Amino acid sequence: MIQRTTGGLEAVEQGPLASDPPRAVARSEAGSRSADAALEPLVARFGSAIRKHRVNAGDQTVVWIDPSRNVEILAWLKDDPAQRYDMMSDVTGVDYGKGAVDVVYQMFSTTHKRALRVRCELPYDALRVGSVVHLWRSADWLEREVYDLFGVTFEGHPDLRRILMPNDYAEGHPLRKDFPLRGRFSRAEQTRRALAQDVERFYRPDDLERGGTPQEVDVSGHGPARDEVGHDPVRGGKGG
Amino acid sequence: MAQRTLEVAVGRNPEMGPHGRPVPSPLAPFDLPEPEFDTQEMLINIGPQHPATHGVLRLICELDGETVLSVVPDIGYLHSSFEKLGEYRTWNQIVTLTDRMDYLAPLIYNCAYVMSVEKLMGIQVTERCKVVRVICMELDRIFGHLLWLGTTAIDVGAFTPFLYAFQQREKIYTLHEALTGARITTSATRVGGMMADLPAGWIEELNAFLDEFPKTLAEIDRLLTTNQIHIGRTQGIGMISAADAINYGLTGPNLRAAGVPYDVRKDRPYYDYETYDFEVPIGEHGDCYDRYLCRMEEMRQSVRILRQAIARLPRGPINVPDPRISLPSKTDAMSDMESMIHHFKLITEGIPAPEGDCYFAVEGSKGELGMYVVAEEGSTKPVRWRIRPPSFVNLSAIGKLAQGHLVSDLIMINASLDIVLGEIDR
Repeated sequence: MIQRTTGGLEAVEQGPLASDPPRAVARSEAGSRSADAALEPLVARFGSAIRKHRVNAGDQTVVWIDPSRNVEILAWLKDDPAQRYDMMSDVTGVDYGKGAVDVVYQMFSTTHKRALRVRCELPYDALRVGSVVHLWRSADWLEREVYDLFGVTFEGHPDLRRILMPNDYAEGHPLRKDFPLRGRFSRAEQTRRALAQDVERFYRPDDLERGGTPQEVDVSGHGPARDEVGHDPVRGGKGG
Repeated sequence: MAQRTLEVAVGRNPEMGPHGRPVPSPLAPFDLPEPEFDTQEMLINIGPQHPATHGVLRLICELDGETVLSVVPDIGYLHSSFEKLGEYRTWNQIVTLTDRMDYLAPLIYNCAYVMSVEKLMGIQVTERCKVVRVICMELDRIFGHLLWLGTTAIDVGAFTPFLYAFQQREKIYTLHEALTGARITTSATRVGGMMADLPAGWIEELNAFLDEFPKTLAEIDRLLTTNQIHIGRTQGIGMISAADAINYGLTGPNLRAAGVPYDVRKDRPYYDYETYDFEVPIGEHGDCYDRYLCRMEEMRQSVRILRQAIARLPRGPINVPDPRISLPSKTDAMSDMESMIHHFKLITEGIPAPEGDCYFAVEGSKGELGMYVVAEEGSTKPVRWRIRPPSFVNLSAIGKLAQGHLVSDLIMINASLDIVLGEIDR
């Protein structure tokens, strides 16, 4: 017989004893399994372009669509008065490491208060899908991030370049399953590249074209104030 | 000597000029013709190391004189690849990564992450756990908004609100420390419950904070809300319409200031938020001043929610009574064979998930904070863990908001978006 002590850590309720029979109630399926109201009209209208659909995590409708018709279908979901998915909450990618990257759109309708998840499965040898930036401006950075981290090209994106990784990052697309956690290059090679950086690479070519020479200006006014002859007014002496 | 005060009570009356901005006093008239200057556009960097960018953010500004023609934010300086790291960690190990993202409201991120995993696995947490998490999230909403309030006030030259706000934040730090043992990197949640239950006396300390905090908030309100300098720097600055705000994906106070009544707590309720009595403040102009008003009101509403949550806090276990999900107590693990086996299995293998994906959104302090987890059948690590970062999407609208304003207004617009770079870069 084990004597259980009281006080200290034991005073904090930490759940059941392992010898208690596991209770099934803790892990029941939550919510109804009815699909989103957008599903039926989607299938009716686009037919075979809706490849499959299912309800995940209790009540979340997921629809897989034909990647070549994604702009058409998403535009309909945005503009149809019965759907009005006017907010593109998130665009991201999923790589299962099995030959395809899924582009995932999380949409929300502020009118009907409904959420929908649309996925496009893209095989590794055809990582291209239409951009939806002209429909939702929020997709701008989100698509750039998917391009950066997964290597998916969004056709028609106005400014498709890396966003989180440096512009000249040469090791590939980090969130792909074939990308090793610490990068493709050795630490020595990574350090060598970091030290050999060119300052100009931090600007886009059209930035430089429009704005002329980059200038470092301290807009805060916290910089060291000096008068013309180089006296430091704070210290009052001659020079430093 | 007559008492002098800078405060002038001005509302949004039409006499103040277009967009409710105060009309500057007329300059002495002069008849000189506008001189011809040879001008050219300038490219200026603000950041990445600059106090007004609120983190390691670089704004590449194209300027005509002091007027902003375009802003191109450059991000990624803090990129730590949390999402990639998460794919190599079990469900519970990821919790420590979540609070490193938004270190200004860490408990919200802890909670949002485990809530998405629990939803994916179909785990129903206990009633006590639900209320404790609501308390954590509302407390950190105040925590996050206070930092925003203090630093934004400093950006427009008001130093006192910063001190007041940080004094109150210090009290929340103390509450964090009592609850989790850490001030910032809280890691308070676990799949199926919390790291530990509330310590003795914590609720009393929280009550003491709630008694005192509204007074300080009222003082800050009095310093800023009708302050002419603050109004001049914020009203009519960085305006965005409701339709544009939705299209740009703005969420949280930034969206609501533009007049869109979208709050995840009301529209996709979780954890019985529909049973709490609180209101969602809505702005009408979508400018910096309305964002300020919305956040101020949200803090007052959070105090209301906290009081209700404390009143309904039920007794009972905080962790799910299932040994396959929650760790046994330390004493049991060391003395009881079966508990030891469960402990060993949970630590070495983790919790198996069903096949599928789950997107779970909560109302974070910055906006809609979504956690998207993807799992394969029986996997104890995520195939993909994605954070829908509210600051990231909010910041992408800064080019639109700042166009045509002055550089000094750009600083205010950037501050009013309430960004945290740890979460933008992840």
